[in-house]
Amino acid sequence: MRPEMTAITPGTAPRSSPRGNAARARMLRSLLPALSLALVLIAIAWLNPRAISYFGFNLMLNLAIPIALATIAQMFVIAGNELDLSIGTFVGFVGCVTATWLRDAPLIGVLVLLGSIGVYALLGALIHLRNLPSIVVTLGMSFVWQGLAILVLPKPGGKAPDWLLSIMSFKPPYIPFPILAALLIAVVVHFGLMRTSYGVILRGSGGNAAALRRAGWSLLRAKIALFALTGLFGVLSGMALIGITTSADANIGNGYTLLSIAGVILGGGEFVGGRVSPIGAVLGALTLALAASPLLTFMHIPPDWQVAANGAILIIVLAARVLISRRER
Amino acid sequence: MKKLLVLSALAAMLASGTALADTSGKKIAFSNNYAGNSWRQAMLDSYGIVTKKAVEDKIVAAADIFTTADKEVPTQAAQVQNLILQGYDAIVINAASPDALNGAIKQACDAGIVVVSFDGIVTEPCAYRVVVDFKDMGKQEVEQMAKFQPKGGNLLEIRGLAGTSIDDAIHAGILEGVAAHPEFKIVGSVTGDWDQTTAQKAVATILPSLPDVVGIVDQGGDGYGAAQAFAAAGKPRPTIIMGNRQDELKWWKEQKDKDGYQTWSASIAPGVSTLAFWVAQQVLDGRKDIPHDLLVPYLAFTQDDFEAALPKIKEGGVATHEYTQEEAIAAIKTNIK
Repeated sequence: MRPEMTAITPGTAPRSSPRGNAARARMLRSLLPALSLALVLIAIAWLNPRAISYFGFNLMLNLAIPIALATIAQMFVIAGNELDLSIGTFVGFVGCVTATWLRDAPLIGVLVLLGSIGVYALLGALIHLRNLPSIVVTLGMSFVWQGLAILVLPKPGGKAPDWLLSIMSFKPPYIPFPILAALLIAVVVHFGLMRTSYGVILRGSGGNAAALRRAGWSLLRAKIALFALTGLFGVLSGMALIGITTSADANIGNGYTLLSIAGVILGGGEFVGGRVSPIGAVLGALTLALAASPLLTFMHIPPDWQVAANGAILIIVLAARVLISRRER
Repeated sequence: MKKLLVLSALAAMLASGTALADTSGKKIAFSNNYAGNSWRQAMLDSYGIVTKKAVEDKIVAAADIFTTADKEVPTQAAQVQNLILQGYDAIVINAASPDALNGAIKQACDAGIVVVSFDGIVTEPCAYRVVVDFKDMGKQEVEQMAKFQPKGGNLLEIRGLAGTSIDDAIHAGILEGVAAHPEFKIVGSVTGDWDQTTAQKAVATILPSLPDVVGIVDQGGDGYGAAQAFAAAGKPRPTIIMGNRQDELKWWKEQKDKDGYQTWSASIAPGVSTLAFWVAQQVLDGRKDIPHDLLVPYLAFTQDDFEAALPKIKEGGVATHEYTQEEAIAAIKTNIK
């Protein structure tokens, strides 16, 4: 008995230390989105104390809601080891539909939006069945959505439905609406994707597809579900955006494609392996929204350098994330 | 810069009650959504020159420029919201979209900030708009074309950035002009995005499928590219309306020196940004009689006067006109009826 025990202990002792390191790094990784958000907030508070107020948070963060929703949308495809390059123009298309049909003919508007979620689901099926690279398919779709957006709204205009305007300008007591909305999005998606059994299947389709197939789960259905969820959150993002801007423009969402990908990665997600974090993604989106615009505006950078500075901030924020995940390996 | 700010703030404090303008303590921000072409660069240059002097002369306390990193509407909406938080008294804006920024603009107005838009204007009623009559410019292009090509014929149209109000207005003006001159017929239309390279590619692509073209109506920034495409295809050079860019006017001069080539050139002067600045300053000064829609003429050159303007334009730049405070007041006056 004794020799056996001693034989085991030396074996486990050296193994436990790297495992502890990995756990620490993993915790650091999950804390990183919150840390970087706190850092950006501290910088803003230092540069412009007036911004840290109910009014200030409302102004700085309300445009982060559509970004957070688009980031969640992107997160679902990334969970399935795919990438959606069309989410930006899709948000723009939804925006154009929201500002026109959803107001003038709500029934048609709702049908078109539901139909577009259906298109997303079909794309998921197509990508899975034909084994096509999602980057190519969604890149193609980005032009389709852009074209449709221009068809729906040839020149900027339209108006958001009144109910949407009143939702987005809702002013709850004490806590600014954008923060409340961000919390709600993070919690709902976290429970849906991380705490339910089908959520595990969805993440598993990106993490270990072979094991899932052997266990008898339909990968096709998982991929369709992931893409449909992307479509759903894309629709929510477009509607939220138009609720804030009050009126649409065919090019309104174009920047969201890259922002959403950056948000997922910043929030602790990985391009492969079904590794994503809904709470992290929302925090990542808020950080990006704050770092890109308010921080930059408050820093008083000469105009010639502003564009470059914006890029530099993004790189610094994302580089910190990469450094930590490298330590984990 | 910081020293200057402190000084001007000091001056503003001292000045309260003296004969200096009432706006000496006011801060004006410029929200710009794009800086990536020659027109926008000229616009920023003009604005910088005029506002720097205005700050030195203690007419305003600060005039800072903010450019967004992309051309996107949400980015600029966020920027406007941040400028509200920064406590600026007025925002001069070249907007990414006429309608989609209205939410942010309304928030600015509600915070008591004066908003003056130009070039890319905003439709929110509380803002001021410095508008160039783009529709008339489009119409005038066809009118001028009729002078050079009295027999009429086929026209090629080069459009600007799709989905923008400017492209829409110039296009509408051209259609109106063609309706008034039935001897012309538009046989083809391409998108040039106000950019020589894009225009050249687009024209080169459509050229083989076109019948003979006597003239090109366009939106500025695309005339030189169109000329290059025709030259490369070995096709006879049509009458190309120009858009005040240095490369366009230079090409025009070369052609004129060679065989007396005739055309016309028009565009919005980038210096209109300085007019928007003065309008903001005048409103801050307490003027209540300024109409919210101000129409300003576009800058046009004819066969007789373009050569005099050419040497004054920077290589790769655009012909411009910077407004002084007096000129701006005069321009405002012509809009008060």
